[in-house]
Amino acid sequence: MSSAQVTERPALPAKREITTRPRFSDRVFRAVVTTGGLSSLVILGLILLFLLINGYDTFHQQGLHFLTSSNWQAVVSDSGKVDTANSHFGIAAMLIGTLILAVIAIAVGVPISVGAAIFLTFYAPPSIKKIMVTAIDLMAAFPSVLFGLWGFFVLESSAEYWAKLLNKFLGWIPFFKLPEPYVSRSPFIAGLVLAIMIIPIVTSISREIFAQTPLDRIQAAYALGGTRFAMLRAVAFPFARSGIVGGVMLGLGRAMGETVAVYTVLNIVYQVNWQILFSAGGNVASMILLKFGEASPYEIKALMAAGLVLFILTLIVNSLANLIVSRTGKSGR
Amino acid sequence: MSINSENNEGEKMETTTTPGSLSAIAAMHVDKKPGSQALGVGLEARGIHAWFGQKHVLSDVSLDFWSGTVTALIGPSGCGKSTFLRTLNRMHEFIPGAAMAGEVLLNGEDIYAPGVDVTKIRLKVGMVFQKPNPFPSMTIAENVLAGLKLAQLKVENKDDLLEECLERAGLWGEVKDRLNTHGGSLSGGQQQRLCIARALAVRPQVLLMDEPCSALDPGSTLRIEETISHLSSSVTIIIVTHNMQQAARVSDYTAFFLSDGGPGQMVEVGSTNDIFSRPKDKRTENYVTGRFG
Amino acid sequence: MSTIPQASKIVPQRPWKASRKDRVETGSIFVFAALVSILVVALTPLKGKLAYFVIFAIAYLAIDFVFHLRKAGRPAAVDSFFRGLVTMAILVAVTPILSILATVWIRGHKGLHLSLFTSDMRSNAFTDPVSQGGLIHAIVGTGLLVIFAMIISVPIGILTAVYLTEIRGRFTRPIEFLVQAMSGVPSIVAGLFIYAAILVPLTKTVNGIQGSLALAILMIPTVARTSQEVLKLIPNDLREAGVALGGTQWRSVAIVVVPAARSGLITAMILGVARVAGETAPILLLTGGSGAKNFNMFSGSMGSLPNYIWQAFASGTPEAITRAWAGILVLLVIVIALFSIARFLGNRKVGAK
Repeated sequence: MSSAQVTERPALPAKREITTRPRFSDRVFRAVVTTGGLSSLVILGLILLFLLINGYDTFHQQGLHFLTSSNWQAVVSDSGKVDTANSHFGIAAMLIGTLILAVIAIAVGVPISVGAAIFLTFYAPPSIKKIMVTAIDLMAAFPSVLFGLWGFFVLESSAEYWAKLLNKFLGWIPFFKLPEPYVSRSPFIAGLVLAIMIIPIVTSISREIFAQTPLDRIQAAYALGGTRFAMLRAVAFPFARSGIVGGVMLGLGRAMGETVAVYTVLNIVYQVNWQILFSAGGNVASMILLKFGEASPYEIKALMAAGLVLFILTLIVNSLANLIVSRTGKSGR
Repeated sequence: MSINSENNEGEKMETTTTPGSLSAIAAMHVDKKPGSQALGVGLEARGIHAWFGQKHVLSDVSLDFWSGTVTALIGPSGCGKSTFLRTLNRMHEFIPGAAMAGEVLLNGEDIYAPGVDVTKIRLKVGMVFQKPNPFPSMTIAENVLAGLKLAQLKVENKDDLLEECLERAGLWGEVKDRLNTHGGSLSGGQQQRLCIARALAVRPQVLLMDEPCSALDPGSTLRIEETISHLSSSVTIIIVTHNMQQAARVSDYTAFFLSDGGPGQMVEVGSTNDIFSRPKDKRTENYVTGRFG
Repeated sequence: MSTIPQASKIVPQRPWKASRKDRVETGSIFVFAALVSILVVALTPLKGKLAYFVIFAIAYLAIDFVFHLRKAGRPAAVDSFFRGLVTMAILVAVTPILSILATVWIRGHKGLHLSLFTSDMRSNAFTDPVSQGGLIHAIVGTGLLVIFAMIISVPIGILTAVYLTEIRGRFTRPIEFLVQAMSGVPSIVAGLFIYAAILVPLTKTVNGIQGSLALAILMIPTVARTSQEVLKLIPNDLREAGVALGGTQWRSVAIVVVPAARSGLITAMILGVARVAGETAPILLLTGGSGAKNFNMFSGSMGSLPNYIWQAFASGTPEAITRAWAGILVLLVIVIALFSIARFLGNRKVGAK
């Protein structure tokens, strides 16, 4: 046992660093690829920068009123010069409109999407599953102008009838009140179109997460005499909960940034309207498109500022969503 | 009988488990057959076949399981012993493309008969899996009682049931102070015993164990084996194992399964003592003496 | 422990599948619920398609619940109720797809005629009879816009994916995150950005390339993420084989990895195109909507399918609306074709020749 007698252990040899100096071609390759990889950073940075530069004047002049007031007036004096003192830009009404539309879209679209994802993951026979999944993925590729036109020409007539029913039976809830009997092109109908538009993304993310439910836990639940529903409640829902929240937020981001479909379906009126069945509303994106046509360079700066607010809003929602989704994916095991 | 099994354990702990002493281990195990037969046959498999898609994986297995005994299913990988086990509580049907033939009688009634409520079958025939699979979103206590919640069963005193099940699974002493912590904090062996406690909480008549120790270290394996010995007086246990010493240590009966390229078959069944010391079939002898597999 | 003598060949059975009796029961509940809904609609003021559907749904769920409650108890009844709910969810989710496809065909095919693909709107208004004018300029425009968007975005998207899978430097996590964040940029914001960055300070007018730049921004995340998924599937030993043979990493990626992933990368490209081909909002801000063919991306107003649809829709007369639907039909056919090709390529095994 000679080793036992050694009181001082010999110092460990210094770690050698294993370095291979990459060849020239590899260094070029890495540089090119890294540049390409950083492009998303650059692009997002540039978007932020340019919208900020262009919107700066508006932010500077309007201050917080830009977010809190609902007054949009671009006053041009007789000489053609812009009257900056009397021009007011505030997007509160449209921010609230964005929120209302997104909430309707989530409230209607998410239960349908999650239910559909559960059906596809745990109930559907393989053949039906394949067809349905293809159909829903295809729906994700439909252009938004198509949803807009379909909403305007097809959904509108049915949805007006549903709106009247809601008003008749649930009119005592403030949201479902009607100040005047105009129910066409209302936030309710635009919200329904948005709900349909987010179904593909929420369904496919929920489906991916449900599909990761660990099989051994599923089997454990069945082996304990659980029905399929009991298994879902004990195993699949707790497992998928946070991932679905992430998927819902991705849908929320989609719904908040939608322009053309909302513009087509909704009667855009620049006022705060909580009565979702009434024919008036708007969101930031559609308002930008509406005002852009006739806007003076001065007003366009205000629209840029509105675009910046929308950009930051969707960026926050999407980032949170992706964070939540990727976390769930990891804890999946 | 419980006195017997306790005595056995003391001896088992000291037994060295070299392959040559399998018959010795088996011999030490008290044969329960005479006493148990009075309790009757709880579960009978009659001419069980199993398929995955077109592949015939198990052919014509008929086997009776006496109440209050431990039966070990041994055999090389791919011999159909796990598949057979899963036909006994209808877990087989979760595999896409699965099919079967034959009948499984639980207290004389076919569990595959039309109109049978499969969830009720699984309450009577519980299962413990290869890998410990406690529900991570639930606490230790909730895990044990999960079966009641899943099957919407009512019970008078949950705390008593909780303690009883954990006690029977040999886990009570280790977890009684942290019943409300999450099951994930336990070691692998403790998790497996938690799963056993969970299976016991719905008071099954039969407990199926699919290689319950294969993912565990030797110390935890020993604890599970003790638990099995304790349980065998009250529950019929059927255990699939790759570990022949384990079969010899814990089981009263042993069935040897083998596949010669075609569907798996049961080659021989008998008391564990007989299978390990006086196998009738040459193939069984080759397997238990370690010549193949 | 005796074996039962085998008299005849044993047949595989699936006793857990719904038996004939189960199917008859389910069918009866279905029919019963349908009768209830017809009766209720006939006898009460509740009318319309929605009334049929809602009453049928409620009746089915209720009858099914009671039936299973009496047959097998509460857990089984709740289970069956939930099955009914999720089945209805998938039906509701798929109904709009069918409705949209049917609508586009029914309303669009009336506006289809051969000269649609040979003439443009140079000398026609959208309100002219449908047989006059066409949308060849829009097809050309959309084709050019998409091709230039591809030229810009595909290299960037694939380089990003290569960085994320091959280099895996210290920026991997942040870039992955940013790419995902970028996929949520609203299309109107992409349009505003190009407007602010190029149209206002430089060109001061509409042209095609500006539209392509905006589309490229929307396309990059799709291309990058799909390519990344594909490159991830390339087995690592293939890479190591390349490097072990004395190749540089550059050669290993260029000669081994990318060719192995070729069909997947093409899929990524096509999915990107399908994503932006119908994009309308940035087009409206940046490219203009000429009625004549314009092959010059860098000068002059450029027509496109989304713009054609938009203008036709805005014109409002029945002729114009028919034109809009015909335009949508053409656009949808293109999108579905691209989607199908991507599906077909994507379903093939990665690395297969």
